Amino acid sequence: MKYRTYHQVTDPDHSGLGEQVARQRRRVRTRLDRINHVVAVVSGKGGVGKSYVTAGLALALAEHHTKDVGVLDADFGGPTTARMLDAAGPLVVDGDAVAPAIGRQGVRVMSTDLLLAEGSPVRWSGQGPDRFAWRGTLEAGTLREFLADVAWGALDVLMVDLPPGAVRLEDLAEFVPTLSGAVVVTIPSDESRRAVARAMRSAAEASVPLLGVIENMCGIACDTCRARIPLFSGEAGQRLATEFGVPLLGSIPFLSGGPSAAVGPEIAKAFLEVLP
Amino acid sequence: MKFLCIDCDVQLQFEDRQVPGDGTFAAAYACPQCGHRVAMLANPMETQMVEALGVEIGGRTLAERPMELVRLNMLGREDAFDDRPPAHAKGPSARWSVAAEARLTRVPSFVRGMVKRIYAEYASERGIEEITPAVMDKARSDLGLEGM
Repeated sequence: MKYRTYHQVTDPDHSGLGEQVARQRRRVRTRLDRINHVVAVVSGKGGVGKSYVTAGLALALAEHHTKDVGVLDADFGGPTTARMLDAAGPLVVDGDAVAPAIGRQGVRVMSTDLLLAEGSPVRWSGQGPDRFAWRGTLEAGTLREFLADVAWGALDVLMVDLPPGAVRLEDLAEFVPTLSGAVVVTIPSDESRRAVARAMRSAAEASVPLLGVIENMCGIACDTCRARIPLFSGEAGQRLATEFGVPLLGSIPFLSGGPSAAVGPEIAKAFLEVLP
Repeated sequence: MKFLCIDCDVQLQFEDRQVPGDGTFAAAYACPQCGHRVAMLANPMETQMVEALGVEIGGRTLAERPMELVRLNMLGREDAFDDRPPAHAKGPSARWSVAAEARLTRVPSFVRGMVKRIYAEYASERGIEEITPAVMDKARSDLGLEGM
């Protein structure tokens, strides 16, 4: 006997798994309707201060340019931006959404840091030797729910702080086809340049527009005279900007005073100018 | 996913689903013509894969709840969420029996508020005045709340 194909059996598919997934995607689009720009903050390398730059940029946009800003911390395993922005829970569930935590300068924040016990790693309820098979799917689903189920409201910019590497950026680009682009963070070293260049190529292959480069840790700045003492050899920021034909949005030295002191109004202004 | 009765050459209809234990997911189907019934058993990894997608075999019985995938799967802190009662409940809110409250405490606190709200809405929509373990069982069956 030759079986009929799925589509030849014309009775409705009661599970409708495809439609369930399509509805999930529609929820994301509906939630983001009132957000002018969704911007990914990426790096190919850990430890370059990506979350620090994200927090600083969010604060600078809100404080110096009166923008309504949200930060979605998509580094589920190493969340830090909520604390940098002084955002705390509990998260109020009301109706079809969860209200974001409110940080300094009114920045709206969602992060696994608000969900996990102090010092606890991300752990999922399903255990066993096959965890590798579904963990990535759960993480993509978490990103989807952080986009779709948080009452972000009307925002000028939603910044998505991504973990090192390119996988989560590809997930984000699938969920948000209207992604405005990605800002890339590097440190000056040549090792960082090579790793970040890989991430930038991945972004380009995923058709994510590259908006610009921010170079972090470009030296230690004297608190008094602001003179800079080099910290790393190399000029990765400028070289990456040139290689990929995007602007160097700014260079940030080590400063006391945290992220709000690090990213000033000029870098925030340069960032606003490259938004499509 | 469709199942076909080979003898009748008609599509089997979904009947119900269960989580009978050890991470197995079971979905039962029956032939509308000859009545032949089969159960599809998914192993724990397959079950987890489907859960990770945030979809339900047999179709959804409840509208999506905010953060339901995260709350049902992540091991989060007790006080992460503050679940507010629904603003537009269809009827008066039901009271909880002592036994039902006790049973609810077995649900992980990270997701408890969401689960409690589902039962409360179920009772409210049906004019049930008191939520008891029997009502919870009926709701689980009616709504397909496997694992809650």
